[in-house]
Amino acid sequence: MSENVLVKLNRPLHWFAVLTALFTFLLLGAGGLVTSHEAGMSVPDWPNSYGYNMFLFPPSKWIGGIFYEHTHRLMASGVGLMTTILALWLFGRNARPFMRWMGLILPILGIASEILFPNRWLDGVLYGATGFISYVASFFWPSCERSVRWMRWLGVAAFLLVVVQGVLGGLRVVLADAQLGIFHAIAGQSFFVLTAAIALFTSRWWQNLRPDRAGAALPAVGAHGVTRPVETNLRTLVLFTTVLIFCQLIIGATMRQQHAGLAIPDFPLAYGKIWPDTSPAAVQSYNEHRMNVIAENAITAPQIILQMIHRLVALAIFFLTVTCAWQARRQLGKTDSLAKLAWFWLGLILAQILLGAATIWSNKAADVATAHVLGGALSLVTGALWCAIAFRRSAALPEIAPAATISGAFGGAPAMAANK
Amino acid sequence: MKKFSLVLLLAVLTGLSALRAADIIGTITLNGTPPPEVPYTPLMNDSTCSAMYTTPPTTHFYVVGPNHELADAIVSLKGVTGKSTGANQPPVVMDQKGCLYQPQILAMQTGQKLVVKNSDTCIHNVHCVPAVAGNPESNQVQMPGGPDLDFTFSQPEMFMKFKCDVHPWMFAWVSVFDSPYYCISDKEGKFVIKNVPAGKYTVEADHRKLGTLTKDVEVKDSDVTVNFTFDVK
Repeated sequence: MSENVLVKLNRPLHWFAVLTALFTFLLLGAGGLVTSHEAGMSVPDWPNSYGYNMFLFPPSKWIGGIFYEHTHRLMASGVGLMTTILALWLFGRNARPFMRWMGLILPILGIASEILFPNRWLDGVLYGATGFISYVASFFWPSCERSVRWMRWLGVAAFLLVVVQGVLGGLRVVLADAQLGIFHAIAGQSFFVLTAAIALFTSRWWQNLRPDRAGAALPAVGAHGVTRPVETNLRTLVLFTTVLIFCQLIIGATMRQQHAGLAIPDFPLAYGKIWPDTSPAAVQSYNEHRMNVIAENAITAPQIILQMIHRLVALAIFFLTVTCAWQARRQLGKTDSLAKLAWFWLGLILAQILLGAATIWSNKAADVATAHVLGGALSLVTGALWCAIAFRRSAALPEIAPAATISGAFGGAPAMAANK
Repeated sequence: MKKFSLVLLLAVLTGLSALRAADIIGTITLNGTPPPEVPYTPLMNDSTCSAMYTTPPTTHFYVVGPNHELADAIVSLKGVTGKSTGANQPPVVMDQKGCLYQPQILAMQTGQKLVVKNSDTCIHNVHCVPAVAGNPESNQVQMPGGPDLDFTFSQPEMFMKFKCDVHPWMFAWVSVFDSPYYCISDKEGKFVIKNVPAGKYTVEADHRKLGTLTKDVEVKDSDVTVNFTFDVK
C-alpha cells in the first residue's frame, strides 16, 4: 500500500480514535472538577494513592477531595492505555514484534521490582500481568497495514504527550508546585486537540477531501456541489482566533491555579466599575469583604488585572468568531460544512461567555466552573479542526496546485501544519 | 574601699537596668461592622463531617465581642529577631476536630514544635503552604487515630497557611516569630506581651483580614499600654 494512502478502510481504528478523544474530553472535565473542588493535593503521594497501588486504593477511602483526585488519576490511566493502543494501532501489524518484546521486558521489570521493593509486590505483579497481556494481545492484534508515516508520528506524539502529561500531573502533586498545574492544564488541552485531530484524520470524510489518484479533488462540497477554496485570509483569521483561544486557556489555567477563588466577584462590571480600582487600599478592602469558605486566599492586584485581561480577550475572541462565521458564510456559502462549523464555533463561544458569567454569578460553583473549562476545550478543538480541514481542502484544490504534487508532498501534511 | 563600693553600685545598677523588663498590654477593637460570617455549606454536604453537627458551623473570620473587642489579632514586636527560645518551649498544639482546625489562628517561635492531631474519624491531609523561603512546604496524610504530625519552622512568617485538601474548607493560619515577644488577642480583645526588655519598639498588630497596624512604644520599668483599633474599610 502506498505511503500516501491513509487508513481509510479502517473504521474500527477511526471509532477507537473518536472514543479516545471523547474519553480525553471527559478526563479534562474530571481534571476541571479536581481544581474546582480545590482537591488537587488531597492525595499527597504519587504514583501511589495513600500508600496503595493506585488501582487497588479501596473505594471506601475515596472521600471528600480524594474522590475527585483519585477518579481523575484512574481516568487518566485509562486514557493513557487507550492512547497506547491507538498509537500501536497506527503501526498496524508492525506493532506485533514490539508488543512481544514488551511481553518479555515488562515481566523482567516486574521481577526486578519484586527484588528491589519486596514490600511493594503488587507493583511487580502488575508489571508482569501487563507484559503477559501485551504478549498475548500481539497474537490477536489487527493485521491491518500501518498508517502513513506522519500519522504514525502523530500517534507517537500522542503517546509521548500523554506520558509527559501524567508525569506533569504527578510532579505537580509531589513537588507541590502550582505552576506545574498550569502546564498540566495546557498540556491536557493540547492533548485533546491531538486526539481529536487523529480521530478526524482517520475518518473517511477526511480522506474524501484528499485528491483522487487521477488528480481531481473529491467533493469538498460547496454551495452548488462545487469545491470552493478557503481563502488564505479566512484561514489565517481562524488560525489567529484559535491561537488566541489557546492563549485565553493559558490565562484561565493561570487564574485557576492561583487557588484564590474569584478575583472579581461581579459581572459585567468589576467591583461595580468598568475597570476596578487596584490600589493597595482598594485590594485590602476587597479582601476584608471576601468571605470564601473554599480557596480562602487573599487576592492581589495582578490577579484582578489578569481576570480583566481574561474578559477583554473573551470579547476579542467573540468579535473574531463573528467575523470568521460571517466571512465563511460569505466566501463558502451557507450550506458549506466549514461555514456551518464556523457558526457552530460562534455558538460555542457565546455559550462559553455565558458560562464564564455564570461562573462568577455562582461564586465559582464547581460544576459551572468545570463546564467553563470544557467549553474552552471544545472551542479550541473546533478552531483547530476547522483550520485542519480548511488547509487540507485548500491544498487539495487542483486550481491552487496540482493535486498529484500535493499528494506527494504532503500526504496529509496540511492538517499537521494547521495544528502547529 | 569607697571607690570600690561605688563601682560595685554602678555595676549593679547597670546590670539591673539591662535586666529590667515589663509587659506590653493592650486591647484590640474593631471599628465598623464586619461582613456576616458564612456557614460551611460544603462541610454539611460531606456525610462524615456533617454527622458531627446539628447546625452548620460558620466561619470565624471576625471574632468580635459585644463592645467591638477583636480576637485573633496577632501582636508582636516588629523587627525583633534572633531571640527565639522556641527549642525550649512546649509544643503548640492544633487539632482537627469536627472537620475544622482548632484553633484556626496560631502563633509559635522558630524552632518550636507544632503538633497536629487528628481527633476526627476520617482521613485528613495536613498541607502546609509556607510563602517564605526556608520554611518547607509539606503535605502529609493523617489517618483517623493516626500518630500526631510534628512541624518546625526556621524562618519567621506571618499567617502561614495550613489546609486539608480532602476537606477544602479547612484552613488554619500559623504565624512564626523569631522571638518570644508575641501573642494573640483573646475574646475580650486583650493581649499581653510578657517580659519585654527595656527599649524602644514598634508594636505591630496583624489581623488576617484587616491588615496591619503599628505603634511605637518605649518600655522602661513598668508595664506599657498600647491599644489598636482596626477599621472595616
